[in-house]
Amino acid sequence: MLYRTRYLTQIIARVLIWMAALSTIAVMILILFQILKEGLPILHLRFFLDSPRSMGREGGIFSSIVGTIALTLVAILFATPLGVGTAVFLKEYTRESRVSRTIRFGTDCLAGIPSIIFGLFGFVFFVIYLNMGWSILSGGLTLAAMILPTVISTTEEAIKGVPYSYREVSYSLGGTKWQTVTRAVLPNALPGIFTGIILSVGRSIGETAAVILTAGSSLVMPTSLFSPIRTMAVHFYILAREGISMEMAYGTGAALILLVLAINLIANWLLNRYIRRRA
Amino acid sequence: MILEIREKIIEKIFLLIALSSISILALIAIFIFGEGLPLIWKIGLKAFILGERWVPSKGSFGILPMIVGSFWVTSGALLLGIPLGLACAIFLCEWTPPLAGVFLRPAIQLLAAIPSVIYGFWGLIVLVPLIRNYLGGPGLSILSGSLILGFMILPTIISISEDSLKALPPSYKAGALALGATHWQTIWRVLIPAARSGIVASVILGMGRAIGETMAMIMILGNAVKMPTSFLDSARTLTTNIGIEMGYASGDHREALFATGIVLFFIIMILNSLAIFLSRRRGS
Repeated sequence: MLYRTRYLTQIIARVLIWMAALSTIAVMILILFQILKEGLPILHLRFFLDSPRSMGREGGIFSSIVGTIALTLVAILFATPLGVGTAVFLKEYTRESRVSRTIRFGTDCLAGIPSIIFGLFGFVFFVIYLNMGWSILSGGLTLAAMILPTVISTTEEAIKGVPYSYREVSYSLGGTKWQTVTRAVLPNALPGIFTGIILSVGRSIGETAAVILTAGSSLVMPTSLFSPIRTMAVHFYILAREGISMEMAYGTGAALILLVLAINLIANWLLNRYIRRRA
Repeated sequence: MILEIREKIIEKIFLLIALSSISILALIAIFIFGEGLPLIWKIGLKAFILGERWVPSKGSFGILPMIVGSFWVTSGALLLGIPLGLACAIFLCEWTPPLAGVFLRPAIQLLAAIPSVIYGFWGLIVLVPLIRNYLGGPGLSILSGSLILGFMILPTIISISEDSLKALPPSYKAGALALGATHWQTIWRVLIPAARSGIVASVILGMGRAIGETMAMIMILGNAVKMPTSFLDSARTLTTNIGIEMGYASGDHREALFATGIVLFFIIMILNSLAIFLSRRRGS
């Protein structure tokens, strides 16, 4: 009897766990399906290349695309050297010490801070205190702070994956620490670092709360780093929330999803290739 | 000699880079506290946190309804997210039929990658009408917010609890099975208790994400400033309070929003420290 109940429990547990896994997949598919079904028919070339007219009710999303790209580039440009440098310091230049523990605690905390707090910070610091106004630069710097923990942790993982023997060979040939880091460690960690950066790009593209407070929501084509912009995610949010145009909202949403899908595919492909080469 | 000096300088530069990375955290704290503290000072911490009235135009800034709103929405999200996330983690590291893993893993990765505004929009278009028609109320409610948030925090819970389950020594499982336990008994009585601190850390981090989510919540919570009494009520959280009003606030009102940010910052830092402490303990 006891024998039978424990197997019964196991069967029930198995069914429940299967249901949980399937419903997770189902919800993901439902979300994608709903947006893509309504949005894909709107995605013509003109939708991407026309500028938005009458507050986004008509036209396309060209200025938003340009804004998104510019903002993401600025964020990556600032976050990459800072993040890779921090990871190299943590992995190659220190042992467990009070300094490294403090730095790690700081970056772990930074990773958990909600985007709206980054938005508030970017707003008082970059927009007002440094007087950059709502601009690509303010938004990009805020995003850079936000994606920094991702860049640091993925770079750390990538550096950890470089076999120790590579370093030993470099040292035995008389290489200095700097030469070892730049010629033996970093080149081999590059695919991993690159994957981290691509994932950060994905996060930057989807971010709304921090961006709307620091880069503004202007639909005008940006002309310099100090121009305010409206990223695709912010455009989507405003279209949907203010009920300006559901059609345009679906189109922008579908474009966003396709972009994020593509970015994840690239990151996965890179990571797989990297792992295969390691093995 | 010159080489040695150069190496020293390079090392110092790296230290400087690392320190500037964490100085961002300090800058965030300094600037948000600098903007928000004067208001808390002026009206008093107790009146700010326990005040039930939020009428910026009349100068009354009480954020208790938002704190309660955040609490309700987050609890609801955890109610959905913990069992579902734990089940998926078990599925992935103990029961994966090869084909299912091929689908579930990318699905979870995509759940993590989908921008939060898309979740909010989907909730607004699909979930809100369903709840309005079948359960009543305005539809824009804590229930719809919790359901959406529950799925948004899944990737966090799954990935970290999966890691901690995988990090267990294989002898735990082998020992339990050798004693005649079923696979499920092994999972439930041996593996999960052993991976406890990692799983709790994953839940705490998920909780942090839930409390911090803004845009999706603005779209589906309804944003009414009042004490919620049921899961079908509309509500406003700490984050949505900032997100909605920051666009036009000035003076005391803006300071009050930054003060809301301070409260949020405190909650998140406590949760972060707890999670970091727990995963350190797992590591050692």
